[in-house]
Amino acid sequence: MRIRLTLFLIFSLAIGLSAAGSDLSRNSCIQCHQTLDEKHIAIVNDYKSDIHFLRGIGCQGCHGGDARVGFAEGDPSISMDPAQGYLGAPQPQQIPRFCGKCHSDVEYMKKYNPGLRVDQEQQYRTSQHAKLLAKADTNVATCISCHGVHGILPVSDTRSPVHKLNIPKTCARCHSDATLMSGYRIPTDQFELYQKSVHGVLLLEKKDRSAPTCADCHGNHGATPPGLVTVSQVCGECHASNRDLFNESPHKAAFTELELPECETCHGNHEVAKTSDEFLGVGEKSLCLECHSDPHSRAYQVAEGTKATLDSLKAEIDKANKLVAQAERAGLDIAAAKFDLKFASDAVIKIQSLSHAASLEMVQEEAGPGMFKAQLVEKKAKEALKDARVRQYGLAGSGVIIIILAILLFLKTKEIDRQTGR
Amino acid sequence: MPLSFWIKKSASWLEQRIDLSALKEVITHKTVPQHKHSLWYYMGGMTLFLFFVQVVTGILLLLYYRPSAEAAYESIQFIMTEVKFGWLVRSIHSWSANLMIFFAFLHLFSVFLLKSYRQPRELTWVSGVLLFFLALGFGFSGYLLPWNKLAYFATKVGTEIAGAVPFIGTFVMKFLRGGEDVSGATLTRFFGFHVAVLPMLTTAFLTIHLLLVQKQGMSCPIGVSQNPNQKVIPFFPNFLLRDLLGWVVALGILVFLASVFPWELGEKADPFSPAPAGIKPEWYFVFMFQTLKFIPAKVLFVDGEILGILAFTVLGMLLLFVPFLDKRSARQLRTPILSAVGLFAIIYILALTLAGYLMK
Repeated sequence: MRIRLTLFLIFSLAIGLSAAGSDLSRNSCIQCHQTLDEKHIAIVNDYKSDIHFLRGIGCQGCHGGDARVGFAEGDPSISMDPAQGYLGAPQPQQIPRFCGKCHSDVEYMKKYNPGLRVDQEQQYRTSQHAKLLAKADTNVATCISCHGVHGILPVSDTRSPVHKLNIPKTCARCHSDATLMSGYRIPTDQFELYQKSVHGVLLLEKKDRSAPTCADCHGNHGATPPGLVTVSQVCGECHASNRDLFNESPHKAAFTELELPECETCHGNHEVAKTSDEFLGVGEKSLCLECHSDPHSRAYQVAEGTKATLDSLKAEIDKANKLVAQAERAGLDIAAAKFDLKFASDAVIKIQSLSHAASLEMVQEEAGPGMFKAQLVEKKAKEALKDARVRQYGLAGSGVIIIILAILLFLKTKEIDRQTGR
Repeated sequence: MPLSFWIKKSASWLEQRIDLSALKEVITHKTVPQHKHSLWYYMGGMTLFLFFVQVVTGILLLLYYRPSAEAAYESIQFIMTEVKFGWLVRSIHSWSANLMIFFAFLHLFSVFLLKSYRQPRELTWVSGVLLFFLALGFGFSGYLLPWNKLAYFATKVGTEIAGAVPFIGTFVMKFLRGGEDVSGATLTRFFGFHVAVLPMLTTAFLTIHLLLVQKQGMSCPIGVSQNPNQKVIPFFPNFLLRDLLGWVVALGILVFLASVFPWELGEKADPFSPAPAGIKPEWYFVFMFQTLKFIPAKVLFVDGEILGILAFTVLGMLLLFVPFLDKRSARQLRTPILSAVGLFAIIYILALTLAGYLMK
């Protein structure tokens, strides 16, 4: 009986100890901070919605010390005793380790979220931010710059500054600050450009989370500018087919030699614009002309030929589309033809992608069957429309018969009227 | 054997079994007055002919039409593309429907202006007006059946107007729609009205209407009827041949319209797409629709739209009871006020319809 009672007491004490941190009424840190100035009260209020607090981790989980004592005794130093492991507020340089203490501990993190990565600190050490931090530059971002301090929300929470939709603005907080960035000699217009880019419009306006944010190209914890070689790899993560075509193209070797960033040279980086077929060819908006302005050069001819092939295929599809629409409006069945037209439209998309290979042969090879299908659809639609006209003339013919019948009836009426003397 | 022999033989065979003398009497002795207004006598027959065209083409369409939101549009597409002469049947059905309503208007107004409704033909008039309302019902319900975009939104607006009627509006709208909104349920019940309820009622009223016409003969306009030397022609075959001539011409016009201007199917209805600009009901509803648009939002604290709907309802009731309101013409006296009302109605309908099509 006595053993049972002892076991019960030990068990109760254990629960009491672990819960002490998250029990507001028995937490000395909170009890005391609530009586201090606004700044300290704000910390308490923020922490009430913090993911750590919600998971049962009290103040001492990060700051050390003993939250169970101090307030009742009227002596805060008891709880903030360095001998009890009290760490206080960490200096910027200490923050990565401060968080990494738990977040780099596989065994510890398993208890809370087995799926969560534990290499954030390791990644961070490779980042540009960490490299400068190591040189005692405390202006750079540490964990808390992006995640917040006492009100840390899970990444999946849309209010979190590191939620996918909020990342660009979070980075921009520092990177658009001209004063802050002046010492680093890097531009501050990235966010402004990104906002207008095809990626930015998708993410920020259309809330499409599949669009890349800053972190998708630069890395998140290991944030660093992608180097010359890594640019096409970064873009190629999503645009794999274009990357492969580019790697096979004559541009690959030339760009390497000229030390040009691959995708970025034509598409830009933060300002990546929505692509247009006008980028190809030798027209006013052509990108090819920036390097290949000699009309006698092979490259100029490839550019011209690619655009011309694409344009003629598009024109053919357009023609077919109009005929199909006309036939549809007339109620003719051209479902099969419409399906073929889809094949031709797919060829356009393939050619747009093939432009990365800078090969006129490949473009023409793809355009051939697309053109054939588009012409086939045109032919079918024309035949259907012709058939409709034949029907109309056929019926106009039957109209003639009806008119003759009407005339005969009229004559018969007159005859009968005469016979009956009316 | 000549054809006349077989006709005679069949007639005598029938004569032995059924007393055909009454029919013979009608055929041989029925006459139709002939005067400067005789042309209007053919309007009813023309409407009837077009109604029969509707019945025949409607039955043919029924063989393939499927009344559901998922299949209606596709089934009409199938009728127009795969079924032999399906496109013709559907096109004729649509054109004939419009011509039928046009001739029904002509018939109604000619009878009204010639005061042919006067005693003893009150019931003929009442049954005729009811048939006219049924024809409008056929038009309204049939318009939705192809389940295309225009029809969908026109029905939405049409049923919304019905919903604005005080007290019973919401119920009527929900009853017509089969729910809160125009949906597959609306299509199914419109189909039910179009092919079962309305045809049944029409058959009943048409039978009464035609029997009364046969029993009472053609009405002679006031003034003309006082002439003792009134010219007449035999109904059979003289009048019937003229009728037949009209029908053949109508058939020719129908065939011409159906083949040269085939009725388009349009885009499939998509309840989630925005309503297209300038939605209009079928032309025969445009004058009412336009009136509702012209009425101010508030007329002395009363909702303008409700006032308009109530006015049309009252006018419809008055139209039904015209023979009982017009006591003068029953005594063969002219009623210029009613003629003026009729002419005004025609001008009003024409003007408002025109405004509906010309104004944005």
